[in-house]
Amino acid sequence: MKILVLIGNVPDTTTKIKFNADNTAFDASGVQWIINPWDELALTRAMELKEAHAGKIDSIVVANVGRAITEGTLRKALAVGADEAIRIDADPLDAFYVARQLAEVAKDYELVLAGIEAADYNGAAVGGMLAELLDRKSVSAVSGIDIDNDALKISREIDGGSQTLKMDLPLLAVVQKGIAKEPRIPAMRGIMMARKKPLNVIAPVEAEALTAYNSFELPAPKAACKMIDEEQAAEVIRLLHEEAKVL
Amino acid sequence: MNFELTEEQLMIQQAARDYAQRELIKDVIERDNKAEFPTQHVKNLAELGFMGIMTDPKYDGSGMDTVSYVLAMEELSKVDASASVIVSVNNSLVCYGVEAFATEEQKQKYLKPLASGSVLGAFLLSEPEAGSDATSQRTTAEDKGDYYLVNGTKNWITNGNSASTYILIAQTHPEKKHKGINAFIVERNSPGISIGPHEDKMGMRSSDTHSVMFSDVKVPKENRIGEDGFGFKFAMKVLEGGRIGIAAQALGLASGALERSVAYAKERKAFGTEIGNHQAIAFKLADMAVKVENARHLCLKAAWLKDQGKPYGVASAMAKQYAADIAMEVTTEAVQIHGGYGYVKEYHVERLMREAKLTQIYEGTSEIQKIVISRDLLK
Repeated sequence: MKILVLIGNVPDTTTKIKFNADNTAFDASGVQWIINPWDELALTRAMELKEAHAGKIDSIVVANVGRAITEGTLRKALAVGADEAIRIDADPLDAFYVARQLAEVAKDYELVLAGIEAADYNGAAVGGMLAELLDRKSVSAVSGIDIDNDALKISREIDGGSQTLKMDLPLLAVVQKGIAKEPRIPAMRGIMMARKKPLNVIAPVEAEALTAYNSFELPAPKAACKMIDEEQAAEVIRLLHEEAKVL
Repeated sequence: MNFELTEEQLMIQQAARDYAQRELIKDVIERDNKAEFPTQHVKNLAELGFMGIMTDPKYDGSGMDTVSYVLAMEELSKVDASASVIVSVNNSLVCYGVEAFATEEQKQKYLKPLASGSVLGAFLLSEPEAGSDATSQRTTAEDKGDYYLVNGTKNWITNGNSASTYILIAQTHPEKKHKGINAFIVERNSPGISIGPHEDKMGMRSSDTHSVMFSDVKVPKENRIGEDGFGFKFAMKVLEGGRIGIAAQALGLASGALERSVAYAKERKAFGTEIGNHQAIAFKLADMAVKVENARHLCLKAAWLKDQGKPYGVASAMAKQYAADIAMEVTTEAVQIHGGYGYVKEYHVERLMREAKLTQIYEGTSEIQKIVISRDLLK
C-alpha cells in the first residue's frame, strides 16, 4: 500500500498575524512556516502504521500545493520519515484549486490522509473536495486508524461516544486530533537523510479558484479584566447580565 | 558574509527546541530539586542523534557541523543546562577528542558506542589540586611495559558516575612536567576505580558530578591516545572545542532567561500597565537582548571557524568568557524583572541564574579565558 499525506504549509502557531495595507491579503513577511499541525499528526500516524505493519506499506509520500517557500516544510516531513515529497508549483488559491491540483497526484495512492483543517484559514474543505474529485469513499473526523488485514479499522468521535468503522481501500481519511499522540521530532539521521530523498516539483494543471477574499480583519483586542470585590456578588450578576450579556 | 542558517541547521535548532520545550521542561524543576540524573532524557536525546552531533556517521555520529551543535546546545540550555552539559561533555570533549586524535582501532571500539549514545563518556582532567593549572597533574600513569599503572584522584567529573568510558589525563614522566602527561581511554569498570559521592551542587544539579579515584588501575598500552607525552596538548586541543559547547550553553541560559523575562514583562502589571511599558524594565530587556545577540555571534563565529578548518582557539575563548559572564548578568536581571516570582522555583529563572554561575567556572574559568585571549594579543 502507498499512503499519501497532504501537507499544508502554515505560519507557526505563535506568529503575530498581520495583513497588507488594505487588509486584502495576509502579510507573510518574517513568518516562520511549519507543517499544519493536523497534517503532522497524520504523517506521524502513517509512520506508526508503516512500522507496526512491516511490509504492508511500501511508501509514504507527502504532497503540497505551494511555491518554493514551502520546501522547508516538505523537507521537515522527509526528515520525520516520509519517503518522498511532491510539490505542485502553484499558489494555493483556495480549497477547490488545491483539491483539484492534489487530485492529479492522489489518484495513485490507496490511502490518502488529509488533516481536518489548516491552522491558517481553517477552511476544512480540501479533504472532502478531494474525495469527491477522486470519486472515492471518505470518512471525516477520523481520530483513529489501523490496518485490519486488507481493510482499515477507523474510529471517530461522535456525540456522546465513538464509532468504529471497517472501510475498504482505496480511501480518503480526513483526520483530526487523536489520530496520533504527538508529532515526532526528527532525528538528526533523518534530517541528514532528507537531503537525499526525492522532492519532486510538478507543474499545476489548469484550474480556477472559486473563492474571492474581500477583506480580513483581526479580532478585537481582549477586553481588560474587571476585578470586583468579593462582597459585591450583585454587581457581578449585573455586569454579567448587562455588559457581558451572558445571563 | 551570510547570516542565514541552512535548512538543515534550522531543522536541528527546531528539533532541539521541540525536545526541550516539550519534554525537558516537564520534569526539570523536580530533577533539580532531587538532583536526579535525566536517564530517560539522555536515552531519548541519543535516539535523536544529540550525543554525537559532529561525529562522522561512519562512527555512528550524526555528521553535523559545529554551527548545528551551537544551535542545539542553545536550545537545550534554555530549558535544562544539566541535560545540556551531559550532551556537551559527550560531544565536544569525549567524541571529538577520540575522533580527532585516537587510532582507527580505538575509534571502532570506543567512539561508535559513545557517538550513538549507547554509552556515555567523561573527561577526567581536574584534580583536587589541579583545576585551572592543568599542568600540575598528580595522577600518575606509570609505564609498566604492557600497561600503565594509574593512581590518583580526579575531581569535578561531569558524568562521573554515569559514564562507561573515561578520557583520563595523567602524568607518566613527572620530570618532563607537562610534556610527560598522557591521555588514555579507560573503561570505567576496570578494577581499582572507585567513585566518590555525588557532589551536592548549587546548580546543574541533575548532572552527576563525582570524584573518581584510581588505585593501581591497569590501563592497556593500546589505550593511550597519541604519542607518549601527547596528553597535555591533547587536553588543550580538546578544551578549545569544548569551550564552544559551554559558550553555547551559557548563551542558552541567557537567551532562555531573556525569553522568559520578555513574556513576563508583557503579562505582569504594575502601576496600571504591563511592566514592559515601564522604561526601567524595557531598558533592562534591551540591554539583555544586546548581550545575548553578541554572545550568539561570538559562539557562531567560533563554530564557523572550526567548521572551516581555521584556528578557533582564541575565538572560542572569547565566546566562552563573554557568554558565561553575560549569562550571569542576564539571568540575574531576569530574576530582578520577575521580582519575588523570580526567586521561587516555579518561574525557572532562579535556576537559570544558579546554573549560569558554573559556566564562568568549568571548562576554563573566565579568568583563564582572558589569559588565552590576552596572550594571543601580546605574543
